[in-house]
Amino acid sequence: MSETPAPAEVSVDSRVDLAPGASSLSCEFRKQYSTAEQPFSLNVSFEAAAGFTILFGASGAGKTTLLDCIAGLAKPESGRISVGQRNLFDSKHGIDVPVAKRRAGYVFQSLALFPHMTVEQNVAYGLAHLPHTERDLRVCEVLRTFRIDHLASRTAQKISGGESQRVALARTLATDPQVLLLDEPLAALDGPTKARIIDDLRLWYRNHHIPILYVTHSREEVFALGDRVVVLEAGRVVAQGTPHEVMSAPQFETVAQLAGFENVLDAIVEAVHPERGTMACRVAGEGGAVVIETPLVRGGVGTQLRLGIRAGDILLATSPPTGLSARNIIPGRIQSLEQRDVVVSARVKSRVELEVHLTLAARDSLQLVPGKEVWLVIKTHSCHLMQA
Amino acid sequence: MSIDWQTFWLTLQLAIIVSAVLLVLGMPIAYWVAFSEWRLKFLVEAVLALPIVLPPTVLGFYVLVALGPRSPLGRWWIALTGHTLAFTFTGLVIGSILYSLPFAVQPLAASFSGVDRKLIAASETLGASPLRTFARVIAPLSLPGIITGLALSFAHTMGEFGVVLMVGGNIPGVTRTVSIDIYDRVQASDYAGANQTALLLLLLCFVLLATVYGLNRRAWAIYPVK
Repeated sequence: MSETPAPAEVSVDSRVDLAPGASSLSCEFRKQYSTAEQPFSLNVSFEAAAGFTILFGASGAGKTTLLDCIAGLAKPESGRISVGQRNLFDSKHGIDVPVAKRRAGYVFQSLALFPHMTVEQNVAYGLAHLPHTERDLRVCEVLRTFRIDHLASRTAQKISGGESQRVALARTLATDPQVLLLDEPLAALDGPTKARIIDDLRLWYRNHHIPILYVTHSREEVFALGDRVVVLEAGRVVAQGTPHEVMSAPQFETVAQLAGFENVLDAIVEAVHPERGTMACRVAGEGGAVVIETPLVRGGVGTQLRLGIRAGDILLATSPPTGLSARNIIPGRIQSLEQRDVVVSARVKSRVELEVHLTLAARDSLQLVPGKEVWLVIKTHSCHLMQA
Repeated sequence: MSIDWQTFWLTLQLAIIVSAVLLVLGMPIAYWVAFSEWRLKFLVEAVLALPIVLPPTVLGFYVLVALGPRSPLGRWWIALTGHTLAFTFTGLVIGSILYSLPFAVQPLAASFSGVDRKLIAASETLGASPLRTFARVIAPLSLPGIITGLALSFAHTMGEFGVVLMVGGNIPGVTRTVSIDIYDRVQASDYAGANQTALLLLLLCFVLLATVYGLNRRAWAIYPVK
């Protein structure tokens, strides 16, 4: 496992260059919304230039409500939304452009293909204003760009998941939107299918420089697509910047998940060793605490911190390891093993419970089974600290 | 055979006209019921459902009063045509429309509001006007509800009695429907004739409804409404 998570199948090469004069999306508004648990207030202010802006946040953070407000499906209490010089919403001047006139392309998580229409009719749906010949031409072109021309006469219900995603994208992009809103459109797809669709989307973007807001919680997609990341937590923007800026200095828990910390623990600084550049942090667990050596950060003894450890940064040994440079060796027992593609995710119970990722080969050669006694090995610098 | 074919023809005419009018009239009302966010919508819904619970004689009585020469509507009609609306075929149509309104509106509204909101939102974001969204997305996906509404208002009009008697009376060829014919025959102890007429009405209604529901089943297979 490498230190920085790299996208598996997606090429990172094509950093999108800004076209001159490309209009950017500017949002600054408040909107009350409620999740199952409690009402929240979405209070955001950000600018998205032409190109991919990733909107990241846990479920309930307000991502979909944010997209709904931009599309006009939800109405903010106050604020302003504009694309370039065009005001879509402005509470001060009483501007609220109707959904159909906003020219905001929106691909829903559920895709919302019209089930009673063919693929071709779906794609042509937004082009009713064009003359017949021009419409047919545009439909043909878009179908070809997204490689679904062979599906044209099929009913939208009778195509696969990946094909549906392509049709939904094609239907939206055919209308030539001024801003594109994508609500986890690729969440349900496997890696290679996803990568091919992303490539086609990038290809399309070369000729259409518009702001694209892309909601996801997959960090591979963040690195593959994101020129910028906007992190949303409980209705607020808590971090924004390039994926590397946001992710190399995790400060908030959402960002920690984004950077791939499967293990996030509450810790209290127990001792500080400036001469060694380390600290000892106590993590409370069942039947006593575990003391973990971490890199030195600002904050004295007694400071409450959050400790993030990537599941791929933890080593497993089946006998007490000796002669290692790693400073943290914790005995435990395997609770469960679960295979995900080519990675095995093990839950190991010590005083605290940790998730560990290992390869299939490692599982087999160590003969790991639930209940087996193991030792967890964690390097000091694999421990990342953030504000509690 | 002592079946009075004229009353059958008249009843059929009435049912066809009423269900056609209700289809046109019911759509916008049902659309409003399904999508309006007005706070007091429930009051309108209650009024719309009244004909289901009210005795037909009550409804018929008020329609009669409303169409009579003492109401503004009645006077306007008399000024326009020279005769009153009561005891005419047109009056019968108006009464029947009011009487069968909930049977058209309820299934329409139920299936309109059953259409996936995301599909409606998708249509809007693709630039479609509300009318186009209705014609291309909501109505086609509500086909089972539209067929049910049509069938119910047709069947309900075919079998009505109280409103017809109050508003239309019993004028052969003008307002005398099958149900009234049957009632008359029973009153006159013509049980054989009543039996034949009733049986024929029963068969006719069954065949019609079976056809409609058979069609509806196919509609469900083509357009599954989520």
